[in-house]
Amino acid sequence: MKVKVLSRNPDDYVRETTRDIQRVPRNYDPTLHPFEVPREYTRALNATKLERVFAKPFVASLDGHRDGISCITKHAKSLSTVISGACDGEVKVWNLPKRECLRTIQAHEGFVRGICSRFCGTSFFTVGDDKTIKQWNSEAPGYGVREEPINTILGKAVFTGIDHHQRESTFATCGQTVDIWDEQRSSPIRSFSWGVDSFSCVRYNPVETELLASCASDRSVVLYDTRESAPLRKVIMQLRSNTLCWNPMEAYYFTCANEDYNLYTYDIRHLDVPVTVHMDHVSAVLDVDYSPTGREFVSASFDKTIRIFPKDKGHSREVYHTKRMQHVICVRWSADNKYVLSGSDEMNIRLWKANASEKLGLLSTREQAAANYNKKLIEKFQHHPQVKRIARHRHLPGDILKQKRELREMREARRRKEKNVRKHSKPGSVPLLTEKEKHVVAVVE
Amino acid sequence: MAEVMSEGWTGTHVEKMKKKKKPPKRYWEETENTDRSQRPEEEQTKAGQNQNKSTVQEKSLKRKNEESLEKKDPFPGEAPIPHKQLQKFQRGKKCKVPAGAREKLKEAIAFSESMSEHAQKQAARYDLLLPEDAGFLEGDEDEDTNTISQDDIADAVDITSGSKYFNLHLSQFGPYRLDYSRTGRNLLVGGKKGHVACINWQTKDLMCEMNVMETVNDVKWLHTEAMFAVAQKRWLYIYDSKGVELHCVKKFNDVLRMQFLPYHFLLATASATGFLQYLDVSVGKEVAAICTKTGRLDVMAQNPHNAVIHLGHSNGTITLWSPNQKEPLVKMLCHRGGVRSLTVDKTGTYMVTSGLDRKLKVYDIRAFKPLHSCFLPAGASCLSLSQRGLLSAATGDIVQVYQNVLGSSPVSKPYMAHRLRGQIWGLAYCPFEDVLGIGHGEGFTSMIVPGAGEPNFDALDSNPYRSHKQRQEWEVKALLEKIQPELIGLDPGQLSKVDQASFEQKHKEQVEALGFDPLAKDKFKPRNKKKGRSSAGAIEKRKRKVAHEDQRDEIRQTVQERTEREKELKEKSKEKKLENKSTLDRFRK
Repeated sequence: MKVKVLSRNPDDYVRETTRDIQRVPRNYDPTLHPFEVPREYTRALNATKLERVFAKPFVASLDGHRDGISCITKHAKSLSTVISGACDGEVKVWNLPKRECLRTIQAHEGFVRGICSRFCGTSFFTVGDDKTIKQWNSEAPGYGVREEPINTILGKAVFTGIDHHQRESTFATCGQTVDIWDEQRSSPIRSFSWGVDSFSCVRYNPVETELLASCASDRSVVLYDTRESAPLRKVIMQLRSNTLCWNPMEAYYFTCANEDYNLYTYDIRHLDVPVTVHMDHVSAVLDVDYSPTGREFVSASFDKTIRIFPKDKGHSREVYHTKRMQHVICVRWSADNKYVLSGSDEMNIRLWKANASEKLGLLSTREQAAANYNKKLIEKFQHHPQVKRIARHRHLPGDILKQKRELREMREARRRKEKNVRKHSKPGSVPLLTEKEKHVVAVVE
Repeated sequence: MAEVMSEGWTGTHVEKMKKKKKPPKRYWEETENTDRSQRPEEEQTKAGQNQNKSTVQEKSLKRKNEESLEKKDPFPGEAPIPHKQLQKFQRGKKCKVPAGAREKLKEAIAFSESMSEHAQKQAARYDLLLPEDAGFLEGDEDEDTNTISQDDIADAVDITSGSKYFNLHLSQFGPYRLDYSRTGRNLLVGGKKGHVACINWQTKDLMCEMNVMETVNDVKWLHTEAMFAVAQKRWLYIYDSKGVELHCVKKFNDVLRMQFLPYHFLLATASATGFLQYLDVSVGKEVAAICTKTGRLDVMAQNPHNAVIHLGHSNGTITLWSPNQKEPLVKMLCHRGGVRSLTVDKTGTYMVTSGLDRKLKVYDIRAFKPLHSCFLPAGASCLSLSQRGLLSAATGDIVQVYQNVLGSSPVSKPYMAHRLRGQIWGLAYCPFEDVLGIGHGEGFTSMIVPGAGEPNFDALDSNPYRSHKQRQEWEVKALLEKIQPELIGLDPGQLSKVDQASFEQKHKEQVEALGFDPLAKDKFKPRNKKKGRSSAGAIEKRKRKVAHEDQRDEIRQTVQERTEREKELKEKSKEKKLENKSTLDRFRK
């Protein structure tokens, strides 16, 4: 007779001393793990719920400005520094981790219209309503020394925006024309205009560094090449665009924030139809900024909310609002892809998490693994109605909700009307237009 | 290879093509080739003895060859994994890329396929690291294993294993039901006449013992060793491991049999009044009460694969139940007489039943088809399947254990047998141990059945050696991923499949959920006009203008299509006529 009976030595399964970690022998045999799918689904549901429970995006509020914030810019080299300009001409330099103001400069008379940091981070430029461009040192002057600009350029007209070249010592301003300046000269190297009276925003392309885009008041977005004497082309839309931002990773895309409550992502190779129309705001969109990864962008709106959109989705994945936040004028995504900064009418700069439920600070490997697992689970079961409902739910202030419903009703009515018109007119005379096609009026070469 | 390449580059294009067509070398081929290449070399060296000048070159060549041999890996690439092991971890079929799929979708499918394949391989590789092997019992030549007595086995094995064969002589409170906890550490026995005891059967520590002074129909552990349920004469009671009564659940009366669904935290009870009830033990609520309308329910089993409850009835039918449906999911006629006992294997593939017709039948419950049946002269009153698929059947006062029942081959002779004193009342295999517990009229017997238990447990699922802290941790985790009773159905993997509901079905569900039909057209309401233009007749006229608009559109379209087709046909026939003209046609009028 040959016999063997299961006989386990407890020493192989129990830890030796209480200081050891517990032994956890595994067996991945699927028959020992029944209900794989329902259990995973339950975990996914729990993860979704917890994600909403821990969604506390508001980090800090920086107060100190004495008027509405008109512009914010990130420091080119320092993650922790942010420069902001207010409507009373005051510029403040902030330290984010300490949440304190480092410097206050009375830079302009009237609005500070634009700020940009030089690529090396040693100085920054401001433009204001007083028709001046001022260059400031990033280092604060010694104690008792007055804040003086390094350089001041007097322009002919009011400047509304400024952006610095990625590598060279040139910068672009916009106002009545788009001007390219050399830092060493007091007059523009080149001026572009295309029969329009004013521009609201100008941005250098981060990759193709000689390329420029600007928003004009004649409802157009104009593209320039600084090596050429004339603008390249422009696209005219139904309503005016306020600002635009280039996608930093796929720099042939840019997104513009429009007055018609939408944002439009364009491919510069095919300007006739936007790649995506991003709709969710219920009032004019005032500012937009891409995340450094180029996967998402954040937009600020007159409806007192900021929203985060995936770059290729038509609707936002996140909306941030607080009771005290008024019309949001400017917004920036931090260079470490973790935070969003918003400056609003009521003199505060707010710091938000880019991922609302993310845990801040250092994570242990197990925490990180659990977070990754939960993320994957939510992704896997995202189309299940229960999970979808919880993941999509966002609280909105009452009036925004009301406006949203109103807008939907209006859109529905317009659609119905168009349908009726089409029905009662000659076939083919009223063409079917997609949402993308509706908003572009013309492309001019 | 480098040499081949350089030759290819220097040669003409045609030569290169020829070189490329060679099949890639395999390691076994290479060794042959080198053998071959060495042979001519030897010949060469023989020849070289005559030509002294060339020897130096040849030596260097030989050295080169030896070096290359040393460098080559004899087992290149990944270690192969046996197909059977890979098959074990296969989950579903491989996803095929649908024809005409977009590039993005293709990439996504390819990526997820590669990931799952990787996971499958890793899991299959891990099998090598499992520490324990399953037990076995082999007789000598012309010795039947079923003649080997338990005493002999207990003597032959080590002391700790030998101590797993023991008897508890409890003749007073007679026949006993039993249940092992999920980790297999603890044993709960309940005598018909009210004796309830829970024991750590390996250390023989008595955790509690009491007499409930009432008939005990069944006993069952709940999710941990801290609580158990006892079905007494009238009501269902829940005690803790010290024997303190925690609950008396008066909603559950006359319970005869119980099953605990560990992943759902549900206690399913079958009562003498024909009710199948589900109790959620995590919140203490009754989830469902189903009137089966089939009389006294004293045969019950659960399918561990999909948590469906199987009930056997006196008319020979077996019904399958989920808490979500008032009707049985499946009703199958299995025996000529009543069903005496049934059990389901852990993969949910096979069901074994025995009936008053003294037959033992094996069913495939995925297809609901009988596989084979055999006749047991005494009939089986209790059945139990072990984790590794051994079937034990209680025939009178003998317990027989069968091997290889779950297959297409019919049952021959038992693997083991053991005679007891008194009628057998309960049978259960201890999880993760080679032990079969038998409750009978004279007490309890623990029998050694080599090869019954799963040798390697998963500590995150059920760990027999877990500490107090680990148990607490496990309990919290298990409660967090408690499966809702709504998810119980015949196919537990249903959730991961694509919902291919038709448009009509989806629309119906939507209407039910919303309470109205979102696609319904609102009736045309003619506007009220003045100056007598809203007379009944005028309104009717206006209504008629818009009535059946869709149908009119459709009709218009079909008519148009038809006329076009007719036109085409006419033209074609005209052309044909023209072609067929003969010379005499000109005289036709």
